[in-house]
Amino acid sequence: MLEKALVLMGCAIGSGLALIAGVGPGIGEGYAAGKAVEAVARQPESEGKVRSTLLLGVALSETTGIYGFVTGLLLIFVAPRLFLGML
Amino acid sequence: MNVDIHGAPILFEIPILGGIPISETLVVTWGVMLVLTLGCIWLTHGLKVRDISRRQAVAEFLVTTAENFVRTNMGEAWLRYVPFVSAIFALSICSSLSSLLGLWAPTADVSTTLAWAVVVFVIITYTKIRSNGIGGYLKGFCDPIFLMAPFNVLGEIFTPISMAFRHFGNIVSGTVITALVYAALLAANHALFSLIPGAVGQLLGAIPFLSVGVPAVLSLYFDWFSSFMQAFIFCMLTMMFISSAAE
Repeated sequence: MLEKALVLMGCAIGSGLALIAGVGPGIGEGYAAGKAVEAVARQPESEGKVRSTLLLGVALSETTGIYGFVTGLLLIFVAPRLFLGML
Repeated sequence: MNVDIHGAPILFEIPILGGIPISETLVVTWGVMLVLTLGCIWLTHGLKVRDISRRQAVAEFLVTTAENFVRTNMGEAWLRYVPFVSAIFALSICSSLSSLLGLWAPTADVSTTLAWAVVVFVIITYTKIRSNGIGGYLKGFCDPIFLMAPFNVLGEIFTPISMAFRHFGNIVSGTVITALVYAALLAANHALFSLIPGAVGQLLGAIPFLSVGVPAVLSLYFDWFSSFMQAFIFCMLTMMFISSAAE
């Protein structure tokens, strides 16, 4: 019983920790959006190109956050069954 | 409050080789491919040079858009990849949007996106070998010095993995958040209307008023915007990786 509780606790804490990965993309995307605003303010005619580049860059830098999210999902839905089966 | 988050449901099993499970992912993917194929056949039958029909105008618009998309991102010499890129684009969008019909979106299953990414990886490797020769391809792994070879191999392997997980993660996060919001709205609805005393409160609490309308806003982002964005990014990355592999 105690082992099971420990495994579940570890998985829950781990998935919580994995979602800290969301901090990085948040900061990075905010920075990119700020730079895009600067670019549009300097050259309003380049708005369309800046927007498409920004969306692509933002979606790319979101990847690290998504990795954290997938890890969290795995820790909640896959890992407990896997580790409890090992016990 | 019970939340039901699960993988692709298994519909039936083919009773050979110890039972091959057929999940909803497979069925919906074949459905999407059927719809796309029939749509293409319908759009392109009976083409004419003069007095074109409205149907042919749509087909020509789609083809021209796809060609311009590839031309601006890869260059004039890569127009032979137009069918491949547009096929992946159409498949990705239609698979993601099939969740609007209440089906299981095939892109919310990592096998689908990983399969596409592996196809892209094969094309990248083929392009690299064709433009540099097999010796040049192997030499490329020892790029600055030969000590970097393990990292280069890892980087090569992580290209398809990151592409697959980016697409999968974005779509599945929408699915998970939508499921959580539905459960939360149901609980909030029950808590809110139970404040009314007596049988009226219990009756009103059983009807999910809050589940109407609110999830539509989320669907606008997670289903529409995210689907288009991820299809666009997957194709963008495909084109960039393939055209940079030729250098």
